[in-house]
Amino acid sequence: MTEHFNEMYCGGAVREPYARLENWTNAMPAELRQMKQAEAEALFRRIGITFAVYGEGGDPDRLIPFDMFPRVFTQKEWRKLEAGIKQRARALNAFLLDVYGKGEIIKSGRIPARLVYQNAAFERAVMGFTPSCGVFSHIVGVDLVRTGRDDFYVLEDNCRTPSGVSYMLENREIMMRMFPKLFRENRIEPVDGYAEALRRTLASVAPAKCDRDPTLAILTPGHFNSAYYEHSFLADLMGVELVEGPDLFVENGFVWMRTTEGPQKVDVIYRRIDDAFLDPLCFRPDSMLGVPGLMDVYRSGGVSICSAPGAGVADDKAVYTFVPEMVRFYLGEEPILQNVPTWQCSKPDDLKYVLANLPELVVKEVHGSGGYGMLVGPKATKEQIEVFRLKIQEQPENYIAQPTLALSTTPTFVEEGVAPRHVDLRPYCLVGQDVQLVPGGLTRVALTEGSLVVNSSQGGGVKDTWILAE
Amino acid sequence: MILTVNHVTIYRYDAPMRSAVQSLRLFPARHEGQRLIEWSVEVEGGIRGSSFRDGGGDRIEGWSVRGPLQEVRITARGRVETSDTAGILRGHYEISDPLVYLCDTAATACDENLRKLAADVAAGASGPLDLGHRLSARVSDEVAYMSGSTQSQTTAAEALAQGQGVCQDQAHALIAMARECDLPARYVSGYFYDQGGDLPPDDEASHAWAELWIDGYGWIGFDPANKCCPDARYIRLGSGLDAHDTAPIRGTAQGMGAETMDVSVALKSMQQ
Amino acid sequence: MLSRTAENLVWVARYIERAETMARLLEVGARITMIPTARGDGYRSEWESLLQASGTAAGFAEKYGDPVERNIESYLFFDRDNPSSVVSCFEHARENARIVRTAISSQVWDALNVAYQELRQLERRSRSEVEMTELTEWVTRHVTMVRGAIDTTLLRNDGYHFLNLGFALERADNTARLIDVKYYVLLPSLDMVGSELDTYQWQTLLRALQSYRAFHFAYGGEIGARKIAHFLILNGQSPRSLLTTAEKATYHLDCLGRDYNKSGLPQMRARALMNELERSSVEEIFNEGLHEFLTRFIREVGGLSKAVYDTYLSGVAR
Repeated sequence: MTEHFNEMYCGGAVREPYARLENWTNAMPAELRQMKQAEAEALFRRIGITFAVYGEGGDPDRLIPFDMFPRVFTQKEWRKLEAGIKQRARALNAFLLDVYGKGEIIKSGRIPARLVYQNAAFERAVMGFTPSCGVFSHIVGVDLVRTGRDDFYVLEDNCRTPSGVSYMLENREIMMRMFPKLFRENRIEPVDGYAEALRRTLASVAPAKCDRDPTLAILTPGHFNSAYYEHSFLADLMGVELVEGPDLFVENGFVWMRTTEGPQKVDVIYRRIDDAFLDPLCFRPDSMLGVPGLMDVYRSGGVSICSAPGAGVADDKAVYTFVPEMVRFYLGEEPILQNVPTWQCSKPDDLKYVLANLPELVVKEVHGSGGYGMLVGPKATKEQIEVFRLKIQEQPENYIAQPTLALSTTPTFVEEGVAPRHVDLRPYCLVGQDVQLVPGGLTRVALTEGSLVVNSSQGGGVKDTWILAE
Repeated sequence: MILTVNHVTIYRYDAPMRSAVQSLRLFPARHEGQRLIEWSVEVEGGIRGSSFRDGGGDRIEGWSVRGPLQEVRITARGRVETSDTAGILRGHYEISDPLVYLCDTAATACDENLRKLAADVAAGASGPLDLGHRLSARVSDEVAYMSGSTQSQTTAAEALAQGQGVCQDQAHALIAMARECDLPARYVSGYFYDQGGDLPPDDEASHAWAELWIDGYGWIGFDPANKCCPDARYIRLGSGLDAHDTAPIRGTAQGMGAETMDVSVALKSMQQ
Repeated sequence: MLSRTAENLVWVARYIERAETMARLLEVGARITMIPTARGDGYRSEWESLLQASGTAAGFAEKYGDPVERNIESYLFFDRDNPSSVVSCFEHARENARIVRTAISSQVWDALNVAYQELRQLERRSRSEVEMTELTEWVTRHVTMVRGAIDTTLLRNDGYHFLNLGFALERADNTARLIDVKYYVLLPSLDMVGSELDTYQWQTLLRALQSYRAFHFAYGGEIGARKIAHFLILNGQSPRSLLTTAEKATYHLDCLGRDYNKSGLPQMRARALMNELERSSVEEIFNEGLHEFLTRFIREVGGLSKAVYDTYLSGVAR
């Protein structure tokens, strides 16, 4: 078995950031812990933080399991992550601006044209268009894993509309409500500035045509969407309207919102629906979720859409491999955060290696998400591996492979008490006129012993994530 | 040659609609082969939105019409001076990298037959320009022009299988095969002035062909329907990955009414 | 405020009001089964009348055929196939509220959400161990909690007025329909006006409207059609009278007009309706014919609802 870095216990001693948590957990009897856990769950349900799962029977409003044991980073660790994430967010946006413009990185031969222009996420509709401030991806979610004291890897980037930030905020609220003493003993950087920072970021990319305090709105696919709670939560925190497609219409070059007092102009749309559904005139003609004519207004500078349509071409799993190259090409810097070494099954040599080493590798679909369509070699049965082998051979360009990383663990409350479980981390980087990062993120934890899959749809839970102040 | 255009599209609904939105790609862009003398686009009773130029250099303008309405009437008319550039698109402002046009769409995806045909043609070609001509000629042979033989959703592969189609299908087939041979290719919509008769049948003046990217020349038009490269009889409106992507009019109306469409395109040549 | 948000709020209120009306009707039904009626077959026909009164007779007949008490209770309370059942109403009210969570206070959401969660528990219990009175009391309690949360915690902004407008419009419609059903469905023939059955039915109706005591307090003496009609239509003290609902609708529409600096058709229609009721007398109503009057009133309320929709909720008005 591989050695996994335990973020709390290292060489038999408690690491410094967790120093005060040892007493806290030791002093908590099992009954109290269960009581608190029940209290937390009741709070989540009461507030309504559930993710809706329709069509599977059972309760449509499910809770993502919340683990009360916080995950802790020192200020020093965070500073490095912060610099690395901001660097990456800047490079990804520079890449998007470039490939929808002159395509310098392609002309220079650093990234294959096919990988970009024939990517499913590439939108020809925004070719030649420069969004406000040159920003395509306004909220970049960078998924990180840790394998050692100083070893962090970027697992993937999320340039479209990364979700989960409401958990980062609510996990903290609930922890502060249940364990106020902990927050007096530990000096923890606050995360509650996120909503205001997001509002300012969105306002900063209002189109040039907007000559007043911009009106923002969040565009949701509707209340049946599993992330509807998050959409409504963010709208509430920012004090902006939560709109559905039919609430908006276009006229004389602008987007208008239907209100009880007549049409009101909208300047910036933070959309939480996919590109394909944004505008039936431009993308899928059968979409009922979007706004007909929206893309015409967008491309003529009447409204800003965050993230920009087409931003997804930067977070594709095959494009991911080239992000360190983007950092060097656009910023002239060395990447602070490392990529996980990745084999592209579309390359014959890589494919050969992958097929020969399947039991050791993690194989992912290029466009897959949510932990589906994934093979974790060391945990898979022989049959599962053979099924994947066939799939890869059939469509090699559809797969990438990575070594199985020895993900770090943090202490987690389980049935028997406290035990180490694997975690990842998703901080949310905001990109507008400035690039900023709220000190924190969403820690996802694989609750099943030994599991490396942290996705909520696959039995993962969430934790509060602390960045200690100096 | 100076061509006058009168292009009227009418959408009718059998019940009152709440509103309508249109996105129009009806503005011939200037290039060496064409110059606008005058041009106007109007949606009757509509509200003009703003316009922009897309990556392929086409001007697109949005319109909206407030309801209740039962008809949307779109008129594009004007005079264009054209000249013969042997099909070569020169002096046309656009941003998109030609490599963007290697992208497949549902209508232009190759099946085994298209792939075989493309390989067969490519084997005899002496260079990209020759390949372009040969592909276009082969499409004219394999997909015979037959008015009304296909639907707007017909794919290149389907048209080849049935051996006939309209200009849209021929353009799709040519594009599919060209991309298969790694030649960037795109769909072009426009007007064609048929000198054969003084008053050509109305909708035949609306036309479509393909442009292939030939290194050293740039974009060159090929029209399998007329077995030639576009000349002074052609007015170029816009380009895209396929017919759907290039549609001169995209629109939608909100309401329960069923839609019917009526198009008339009249092209006349004026003595200079 | 988004037009759709206003629409959701109006529906939250309408569904809550409707749930209460349903529960009241069920309680009346339960009561009827305990008291011998004037006619031998009263038991069955009274249940049938309840279905008529609730506007769900056709749907019920399609699903169950003959009215049987247990089925009626199920249909009016639990059945999701019945869009007006108590469960359906609460579910719709809660879903409409969930969509506009940010437009209501957490207390209002709590009241609706807790009711919904409890209702799901209730549903799981075996029907035979749940008494109808327990169910109807449960509804009254939770409806009161929702109303209380609205009254005590909401900002007096447009959202508050749209909620109250929903309550007023739904109640105006429900009360008018109940009175109408009493006359045109419950009473076998017009020559029975003033008969024992007539009086008994009026009592039942008063109970349905939870107004039995209030009526006696206000009028005393014999129960008669005119007194009751006055009480349910023209008495501005009676919480469910048509006049009270018209006043309430007018008040909240005037508030909206003031907040928005713009008044129009909805305000005019509501005021016209209120003024007419203020000037009316029971004699005039009976001269016109109670049924004719109520039919006209229901149409007027429908017209008012449409004016509200066109002006505020459709998102088309400029």
